[in-house]
Amino acid sequence: MIRLERLTKSFGATVAVDHVDMEVPAGEVCVLLGPSGCGKTTTMKMINRLIAPTSGKILIDGRDTAGQDDVTLRRSIGYVIQQIGLFPNKTIEDNICVVPDLLGWDRRRSRARAGELLSLVNLEPATFLKRYPKELSGGQQQRVGVVRALAADPPVLLMDEPFGAIDPINREVIQDEFMKLQAALKKTVVFVSHDIDEAVKMASRIAIFRDGRLIQYAKPDDVLAHPVDSFVADFVGADRTLKRLRLVKVADAMMSEPPRVTAEDTLERAVALMEEHGHVSIVMVGPRGRARGVVRLDLARGRRGTVGENHEPLPGIVAVTDDLRKAVAMMFQHDQTWLACVDDEGFYKGYITQRGITHLLGATYGKS
Amino acid sequence: MAASLPSFSRFALLALAFALGAFLQAQGLLPAMASYRGDVVYLVRGHMVLAAVSGALAIAIGIPIGILLTRERYRVLGATLAQVVNLGTTIPTLAILALAMTVFGLGAPSAIFGLTALTLLPIVLNTAAGLRAVPRHLVEAARGMGMRPGQILLQVELPNALYVILAGIRTALAIDVGTVPLAFLIGGGGLGELIFTGIDLNEPAMLLAGAIPTALLAVLVDWLVGLAQYALVPRGVNPLR
Amino acid sequence: METLAFMVANWSVILARTLEHLSLVGASIAIAICTAVPIGIAITPNPRAANAVLYAASIMITVPSIALFGLLIPVLSLIGQGIGYLPALVALVLYAQLPIIRNTYAAITNVEPALREAARGMGMTTFQRLREVEIPIALPVIVSGVRNAVVLNIAVAAIATYIGAGGLGTFISRGISQTDVRQLLTGAFSVSVLAIAADLALLGAQRLLTSPGLRT
Repeated sequence: MIRLERLTKSFGATVAVDHVDMEVPAGEVCVLLGPSGCGKTTTMKMINRLIAPTSGKILIDGRDTAGQDDVTLRRSIGYVIQQIGLFPNKTIEDNICVVPDLLGWDRRRSRARAGELLSLVNLEPATFLKRYPKELSGGQQQRVGVVRALAADPPVLLMDEPFGAIDPINREVIQDEFMKLQAALKKTVVFVSHDIDEAVKMASRIAIFRDGRLIQYAKPDDVLAHPVDSFVADFVGADRTLKRLRLVKVADAMMSEPPRVTAEDTLERAVALMEEHGHVSIVMVGPRGRARGVVRLDLARGRRGTVGENHEPLPGIVAVTDDLRKAVAMMFQHDQTWLACVDDEGFYKGYITQRGITHLLGATYGKS
Repeated sequence: MAASLPSFSRFALLALAFALGAFLQAQGLLPAMASYRGDVVYLVRGHMVLAAVSGALAIAIGIPIGILLTRERYRVLGATLAQVVNLGTTIPTLAILALAMTVFGLGAPSAIFGLTALTLLPIVLNTAAGLRAVPRHLVEAARGMGMRPGQILLQVELPNALYVILAGIRTALAIDVGTVPLAFLIGGGGLGELIFTGIDLNEPAMLLAGAIPTALLAVLVDWLVGLAQYALVPRGVNPLR
Repeated sequence: METLAFMVANWSVILARTLEHLSLVGASIAIAICTAVPIGIAITPNPRAANAVLYAASIMITVPSIALFGLLIPVLSLIGQGIGYLPALVALVLYAQLPIIRNTYAAITNVEPALREAARGMGMTTFQRLREVEIPIALPVIVSGVRNAVVLNIAVAAIATYIGAGGLGTFISRGISQTDVRQLLTGAFSVSVLAIAADLALLGAQRLLTSPGLRT
């Protein structure tokens, strides 16, 4: 856990960070967000005392960092920077082991760990350990940069726009990899970014800075749904509602326990079920409940026969674990107002409608 | 460059050496030069001792000064000192030797002082330039990971600047070896004795017996430090490999 | 103080020696520009040739000046010019090659490929491209090479006094042989001032010749 208490930094007459109070719970990713010069980087660098605070306190797991030796403190905090900062004169292996070596760990143990860490980020240890940084691509280098910060297993990780210099496609991949890693390792992460999309994707909490002040500190969905002022609203963008789509899972927005028919059912039964629920179509499932097709009310009404003989293929399916962004994209793509939702095995779990999504997003606005 | 000698240049060099040999033979200078063999061996030894002493002194003094110039806390002093060093490199070698003589008089101390001074400057300049060229974010990363200033210098800054530092030493030592003959004028030993006496006596064989080994020594030292540069600089930051 | 008095008393000699020094350096640099700049441009399309030429020129500059004089004297005495102006001039021309070739080559190869592409796209011939685009952009760097060569040659020209080429080095050589501190200091001081002044003057020229669009 990291606590900042009335943390302030002034350079001469300018106040870069102005009485910031915040707390990052253990195991969470806190993204410091804001335009350049807003104090987010200065705030982060005060945590490992690369910049000494003018006043205020920083406590890590309850211990005041001011009482500790700077160097000892930094060795217990992982640090990743945008320029990556791998040492070109050292091999990948030696780069990863910088902090373990500084701490005087057993060399064999730290070298073995370097290999394990590399495979965590999908880099083959046998290929990469003995290479030099210049022999790696930018994306590979930043993976090593992240791994290097984790080498001594620090509880806290500071990341200064770590993926900012990487091309958009690779950035997504590395972000995903990092989130997977973080889900397993549960580090307390302070992450500086100026990219709202990145923040929404990575953060457990977002701290928005302006002119050295912390102006909003909340969960990503709250920041998007209830920006505290027009500055935050502008910063998160006019399309902030669309960004929220990414934060909500299909499972949370779908209607579950939906009506369904099987291939053996008659069309009369299908029509009756639809009329009962006020639907214009109904999903046909297989014998064990997998979504197999759809029957439309206007085609089924007044006709005879079984569902199996008269169904059409499903126009679109989303997984319950997908986010709403994907669901909406698929609705537009297939020109549908609803989609069938299935779990990982393909079992029919529910359906999601445009109205339902609109309602869900609208409901939280109503709250405020 | 020494390690990847282009074949054309190697050929041109051989051709040049051959032409020189043929010329000397045609002039009947070779036998006359051979008569100076004993002197040459003796003087080359003195030449190398003088170059080695002044070179070692210059490295021992120049690298620490170069490091000092780039330290954050001496920034103001460093900027001023860098100006002085820059100005120093503009001052002609003969003038430096003359100044050394006005201070120490005629003799070995002047020679060593003068040679050290002019060997020092390129070393200081390159050490400082090499250290300044180390990207700031590497130092920042090192600091962020908890390295102490000494560790940053030894593990990050110097290894990454080593190529440029050695390039400075290479130039400086070649100049050093090449200037030893001039130092003879103010009381040093070495091959200058044959060259200047040869000029004064209008004795081409004597002159060449001094000039050719002097040229070869300079090229040899340049080549040797080039090899060291290839071998010593870590592979990740060595543009030669 | 004594030295100052010596300088004042001999100012006309100093001036004559300075002019002698400058004419030697000036002539060598003028010739060197005429050879080194075209060579530097000519080797740009061919990296192999460029490596070979730069390597040869770097060997040349590694040969100590006094040794180069020593090598030239017997050769030039074949045409009766063993001692004096000519060997000094030849040596200075040779020394000036590397700085000027190297800077010309680097400057031209560093012109952004996009600019070259644009010039070609507008239908410029190779020569027009050089005159309109590449040389104007490269000029400050070429001048900085000339500047290095001038400073180097002022130093070497001082040594050339020992092979009878005159110049400000004469004060130093006489000061050494007569153990005369006044002459020593006069020589060291005047040749240093000359080098520093030339360095600053060419730095100014370098700034002036930089196209306003390229100044930072």
